[in-house]
Amino acid sequence: MTIKLWKLWDRRWLQDRLFTIVCFMSTIVGVVLLALLLWDVFTRGLPWLSWDFLTSFPSRFPESAGIKSALFGSIWLIFLTAAFAVPIGVGAAIYLEEYAPKNSFTRIVEINISNLAGVPSIVYGILGLALFVRGLFLGRSLVAGALTMALLILPIIIISSQEALRAVPKSIREASYGIGATKWQTIRHQVLPAAAPWILTGNILALSRALGETAPLIMIGALTFVAFVPETPFDPFTALPIQIFSWVGRPQEEFASLAAAGIIVLLALLLTMYATAIILRNKYQKRLKW
Amino acid sequence: MVDGYGRLREQLVGYALFLCAAISIFVTVGILFTLLSETISFFGDVSIVEFLFGTTWSPTFTPSHFGVLPLINGTLLVAIGSSIIALPLGISSAIYLSEYAGERVRGVLKPVLEVLAGVPTIVYGYFAVMFITPLIRRVAPETDVFNAASACIVVGIMILPMVSSLSEDALRSVPRALREGAYALGSTKYEVTTKVVVPSALSGILASFILAVSRAIGETMAVTLAAGATPNMTLNIFESIQTMTAYIVQVSLGDTPAGSVAYKTIFAIGMVLFTMTLVMNVFSQWIRAHYQEVYD
Repeated sequence: MTIKLWKLWDRRWLQDRLFTIVCFMSTIVGVVLLALLLWDVFTRGLPWLSWDFLTSFPSRFPESAGIKSALFGSIWLIFLTAAFAVPIGVGAAIYLEEYAPKNSFTRIVEINISNLAGVPSIVYGILGLALFVRGLFLGRSLVAGALTMALLILPIIIISSQEALRAVPKSIREASYGIGATKWQTIRHQVLPAAAPWILTGNILALSRALGETAPLIMIGALTFVAFVPETPFDPFTALPIQIFSWVGRPQEEFASLAAAGIIVLLALLLTMYATAIILRNKYQKRLKW
Repeated sequence: MVDGYGRLREQLVGYALFLCAAISIFVTVGILFTLLSETISFFGDVSIVEFLFGTTWSPTFTPSHFGVLPLINGTLLVAIGSSIIALPLGISSAIYLSEYAGERVRGVLKPVLEVLAGVPTIVYGYFAVMFITPLIRRVAPETDVFNAASACIVVGIMILPMVSSLSEDALRSVPRALREGAYALGSTKYEVTTKVVVPSALSGILASFILAVSRAIGETMAVTLAAGATPNMTLNIFESIQTMTAYIVQVSLGDTPAGSVAYKTIFAIGMVLFTMTLVMNVFSQWIRAHYQEVYD
């Protein structure tokens, strides 16, 4: 009897141990894969990374090819996208959190936003192609790309800004109303400054998504040979992910290395954006405590 | 101090903000309108029966065939293949992070998974072509240069963080009292996890699975680069295939004049893609809303 009980205990103990190990290994898989990915990109790309690479235009010859036009294109694109998406996204979030009555229209808008967040990016590309490139005759320009990207990240901006606004305590609003402020004065001078660090973080993260997106840009036709820096928002452009895509697609080994070098630049830009988000949040977070 | 000007401003601001929120509705209407109008026009040229049930997709050959099934086959092959990789790994890492890992280990592992989620898809495409495909071809030399297996693996890596972080949220929302109760009955941690915590969080876990599969269906760049451009009715993951998303990219890379049948196929395929992902996203929300266990 005692032996049987002991065996039972033992089997369960073993099962428990094995399960722990399996779960731990599964978690490690993600870490290992990330390490492999970075290792591959850096060993291949780092030797090709130089000042010339950053300041040269793309070329048929790998030795003289660079990402100047792609880098400028991406920076243009991010700022234009921000200019379109941030005011509208934050405005929509303010409406939904502060103004919207609890009726069926508001519910439809909210459900609609969460569904838009799940629409594949290439579908936004199709919309951009039909609406901006052909419908509004914007052509394959930066504006068309930025508007498409803005629609793509709009749901993310709205949802994260809503969360930020929701975190501001009700007492702040009540106090402001109490001293006679109007609704907009309350939002403008109390709620928005209080929520700003989190809104900012959410917006930067959403914009970083736009920096890495490739498919919508290919849809609107940004994959062309561009050997100049765009000067107005209506110029044609190329962007970092597009440049990487066109290099990965080529058979020569040198272009694979160029792609890896391009990826390093892209990842560095993303890292800068994440770091900015974190630093900004920490800086403002200290000032506001309730 | 609210004078006439102030009151006007209050109202205008309210309207402006309402307009911002309404734009999100216009986006949906815009997507539906563009997809539908061109799709309807497409069905003027190609019969809907051939599109939905045809097993050959060759829009640019003569005679051209417009059977979407090979593309759906390719899409589902990648979606299922990547799920086979990502779902078990995702749920077990969610269990580890939520139930087993100490605060310090969690503090290291969780950000790593978040970085994995933040890597752009084009980088995964590069990884598939430059790293995974050569690896597969070393093990199985018969494999095509472009193959579904490589796409499955890399899309699996992409959706893994989504499964693990959403499932982890679901697991962590199970109240501590339930675990303590099971421990009090003499259960091991394995038993508590598999018989109490996971069943209680099942709705959230299932919702995360469906969202991940929907993401795999819509994934574009990695499959375009890795899986090839051969619309094949095959279940062999070592062959070159084509997904719906990869076809859309292929067409838009070429010079397709607006109004041509090839141009309209983008919208018809986009419609199928949009419908599939929308149904899955709505289903995922419905599961979460209807089967969620509420603890208070």
